Amino acid sequence: MEQPLTKNIRPDQEPLSVKDYEKAGGYQSVRKALAMPPQDVQNIVKASNLRGRGGAGFSTGMKWSFVPMGTDARRPKYFVVNADEMEPGTFKDRLLLEGDPHQLIEGVIVSAYAIEAEQAFIFIRWAYKLATKRLEQAIKEAYANNYLGKNILGTTYSLDLRIHGSAGRYICGEETALLNALEGKRATPRAKPPFPQVSGLFGKPTIVNNAETVANIPHILNNGPDWFKDLSRSNDAGTKLYGVSGRVKKPAIWELPMGVTVRELIEEHAGGMQDGYAFRGVIPGGASTDFLTPDHLDVKMDYDSVAKAGSRLGTGTMIVLDDKTCPIGFVHNLIKFFARESCGWCTPCRDGLPWLEKILRSIEEGAGQPGDIEILEQHCKLLGPGNTFCALAPGAVEPLQSAIKYFREDFERHIKEKRCPWKIL
Amino acid sequence: MLSDKELQDINAELAHAATKASASVDALNIVQRHQGWVSDEAMKDVASMLDMTADELDAVATFYSFIFRRPVGRHVILVCDSISCYVMGYNPLLDNIKNRLGIAFGETTEDKRFTLLPISCLGACDRAPAIMVDEDLYGPVTAETMDGILEKYK
Repeated sequence: MEQPLTKNIRPDQEPLSVKDYEKAGGYQSVRKALAMPPQDVQNIVKASNLRGRGGAGFSTGMKWSFVPMGTDARRPKYFVVNADEMEPGTFKDRLLLEGDPHQLIEGVIVSAYAIEAEQAFIFIRWAYKLATKRLEQAIKEAYANNYLGKNILGTTYSLDLRIHGSAGRYICGEETALLNALEGKRATPRAKPPFPQVSGLFGKPTIVNNAETVANIPHILNNGPDWFKDLSRSNDAGTKLYGVSGRVKKPAIWELPMGVTVRELIEEHAGGMQDGYAFRGVIPGGASTDFLTPDHLDVKMDYDSVAKAGSRLGTGTMIVLDDKTCPIGFVHNLIKFFARESCGWCTPCRDGLPWLEKILRSIEEGAGQPGDIEILEQHCKLLGPGNTFCALAPGAVEPLQSAIKYFREDFERHIKEKRCPWKIL
Repeated sequence: MLSDKELQDINAELAHAATKASASVDALNIVQRHQGWVSDEAMKDVASMLDMTADELDAVATFYSFIFRRPVGRHVILVCDSISCYVMGYNPLLDNIKNRLGIAFGETTEDKRFTLLPISCLGACDRAPAIMVDEDLYGPVTAETMDGILEKYK
């Protein structure tokens, strides 16, 4: 089984130096890409069917193709890596950032070249201090070896790459909010259109891609689109960094073929549930995805299959709900996070999420009222797609709406018995 | 007044910034690295370097969770309160830390040694429950390992 993204990550996760990385075949895709027109690089990535690994799953090649090219395009153009990993339950990009920073930098160079960008940024979350340190070191090495800077490897292409350390806010992961953050403004989302590909950072054409997405680029260039598609066990191409956390025996991240099943991840890779804990459900792709239940264990973890099962692949890192954890407490924790992280820009999100948090807290504390479940249900619609400025609130209500669907009797029992049945366990 | 080192670091950011304001978060991070927090006075000094009003800059500063606008202790303990840590024992761990230090979230111990704050998912879900002290990540943290961790920070 090939594991292109993690093959150079050592067991102790100490990153390779630039020399060791080159010995392992690193930076070859930069030479390859710079020898062809940028449009050809775009075409290869488009043909690979690579879809964005940040959660939305949009075709990366397609996204790039909206950037104005040639001499008429407004400059400078920007390429930005979204390494603001803050989706609760998600710990996949950290592995790539800490374990193989040169792979990400190589991906940045090829991607930036493909859209003719002259400035690149890695937007990294505040708490990722070790990753920031290692990236800074790797960027220094890449400059010293002329993979970055003026006239890269003797070509006419030049690229400057900088790290932007955020000051900590979930909404910065939304790509237009991220651009406002990079401009030094409050990181509220922007209206679309115009899309960032045309008018992004400082009003110039900009691509924002997730770190795992970018790490795939060198391997696609080196081995071709067909190789990339063959890595997968489903219609979605490539490998995927999958993760499992919660009451399983071996919580971790693994690089596996796209399309492994929920059951394989939990039972084989994560070693099954801890002794004394039973599986009740899982949110498959981070905090903002709908629950899957024991009926869904054989669902393939790819974009279309998870969508068909009523949820989203999201970040591919799942959190398991066990039978000793109260589902209302679980969802309350999620909604509390989203209420705190709402940027406050639009009313439904700013006012709706704190209301949901209060209702869930009162149910959990035994003060729930008849009618509360109905209010929660209404709000799952009112905060749903089309009613808010960005995807934060619609994402927030996904686990709630599905918790009400699958664990309704638990909600009802809390209200009827005026207590949390799990509290006496 | 900003120190020479702070001025130097902020000017280094400004040298490559597309607009002065785009260096705002970097500049605030620099001040916080040197002073531990961002005072009203520092806010005014930085704002004038960025051609912003202090209020404009404060609007940016207060948007973020980790620009501190109040003094913090010598060390900041951040306890992950997101879902994986919640499932794996965040509540008992937090009770343990609170009892040990005698402070709640947002408070600083009397000897100014520790400030206690919540933080959203630390991306260490395979090591839940996780905490961060200053720039160091720990997990899984238990009541027993907490002693050894706190000992490292004087």
